Amino acid sequence: MTVSGLLSVGLLAQIVQAILVLALAPALTGLVRLLKARLQGRRGASLVQPYRDLACLLRKDVVIAENASWLFQAIPYIVFTMIWFAAVLVPTFTTVLLLGPTADLIALVAFLGSVRFFMALAGMDTGTSFGGLGASREVMIGSLAEPAVLMVIFTVALVAHSTSLIDVAEYLTGTDVGIRVSLLMALLAMVMVAIAENARIPVDNPTTHLELTMVHEAMILEYSGRHLALIEAAAMVKLLLYISLILCMFVPFGIGTRADGFAGIGLGLVVYLGKLMGGAVILAVFESSIAKMRVFRVGEFLGGALLLGVLAMIYLYISWAV
Amino acid sequence: MSTLHYDIAHVLDGSVLLLGFLLLYQRRMFGLINIFAFQALGLALAAAWQAHVHGESHLYATALIALSVKAGIIPYALRRLIIHFGIHRTIDTALGIGPSLVAGATLVALSVMLVLPVTADSAALTREKLALALSTVLIGLLMMITRRNAITQVIGFMALENGLILAAVGVQGMPLVVEMGIAFEVMVAFIIFGIFFFHIRDRFESLDLQYLESHRGERR
Repeated sequence: MTVSGLLSVGLLAQIVQAILVLALAPALTGLVRLLKARLQGRRGASLVQPYRDLACLLRKDVVIAENASWLFQAIPYIVFTMIWFAAVLVPTFTTVLLLGPTADLIALVAFLGSVRFFMALAGMDTGTSFGGLGASREVMIGSLAEPAVLMVIFTVALVAHSTSLIDVAEYLTGTDVGIRVSLLMALLAMVMVAIAENARIPVDNPTTHLELTMVHEAMILEYSGRHLALIEAAAMVKLLLYISLILCMFVPFGIGTRADGFAGIGLGLVVYLGKLMGGAVILAVFESSIAKMRVFRVGEFLGGALLLGVLAMIYLYISWAV
Repeated sequence: MSTLHYDIAHVLDGSVLLLGFLLLYQRRMFGLINIFAFQALGLALAAAWQAHVHGESHLYATALIALSVKAGIIPYALRRLIIHFGIHRTIDTALGIGPSLVAGATLVALSVMLVLPVTADSAALTREKLALALSTVLIGLLMMITRRNAITQVIGFMALENGLILAAVGVQGMPLVVEMGIAFEVMVAFIIFGIFFFHIRDRFESLDLQYLESHRGERR
């Protein structure tokens, strides 16, 4: 492909991906819910239900607390945009993306960190006790998860000699890296962090109705109408983002690269959908087979993730010293 | 040796170490026993893989012993013991879970720093294997130090022994007789531990070894 051809393909792929992540995210959440319902012996709602929920919320009126500041109304838009943009950056089905060079792992972590900051602000803005409680827990989880994420990123970056997601994916698919203990440990650490960040069981329960155990839900308790719809959609896109990120960093096989041409990119799309479904199945089975842990044990859980990240680094060092 | 062989051996050894960490992380007695069984399974797979790659058929015997005794009989017997004694099924720690995980990571770093200079002129796989095996041994020791209940201490001992076998499998030329001896010794140790359980239990009506310490006159 020529340079201009590459640019236009990159632009096209980028637009497709931007629409794809937004369109797929509710279906992914719906799939996880459906699978969990089936595993628990219930019929479960159809895959379309999350779309219907969002549409319903978008039509409803917004109720805003009297003492809420302008920030409270601005944050749903900020959070949704940032998460969507982050999801657009992560290579899903192809590495030929126009914004590819900006898809840096550390930039991505900074993005997600600022989303957390805004969510915590929104939780505290109305001054209700549950909002503050949720915000303080969210920040605690974040402060524990971030070192672990950075360790994982350092490991992967040292293997691929780059923090760019495109380079990581192309390095892993292109060369004979094989399965390394370091990457295995980094993968486990990343999965643990993803579970904590997406408020899944055992760290948080996305379907809980008990305020005292809530983390994510407690922060958004005051939201309604289209604001709530945006925050719910952002959470769905975030789940997709994390699964895509794990797929891209650790199992990018089948992703369409520059050398593959159009057919390879098309095939990459199919493979990506398959991998996404596999991720949903694993998440549903895992969530159904484990109980939620106490909030104070989250520290140990994420400490374990950090530890795995550190071990991954140590073993990378031995493999090199050899 | 092709990279795939190397990678698979590496991952199997690494999973034994990871399961060692899970032993430190686990809070429930039955979960602990399950993880121990999985660790033994990982060890058996590692030994079988080594036997397959190097064509050393006696390592299959090692794998078989690990699989049958440590992944089968001992977990089953421990489970029976727990049900029989009606032991409290949460794990009582002398050092918290978090600090013991940190201590475990430190031990891994320590064993890496120790193994790398000592084995500077050996093959790559041997060095990594030795580092992993030494870490597993040290984590088993840590488990014995930081857990109060006798059963958890026995599991720590067995995990330590898993690490020893892992080292023996990695280094070529360990005679089968020695391995058989170790396996036999573990069985004997297990039986002796079992008898001790009965005695401790009879005398103190608990398996918490703190009672034993105060009985000996050690005061904290």
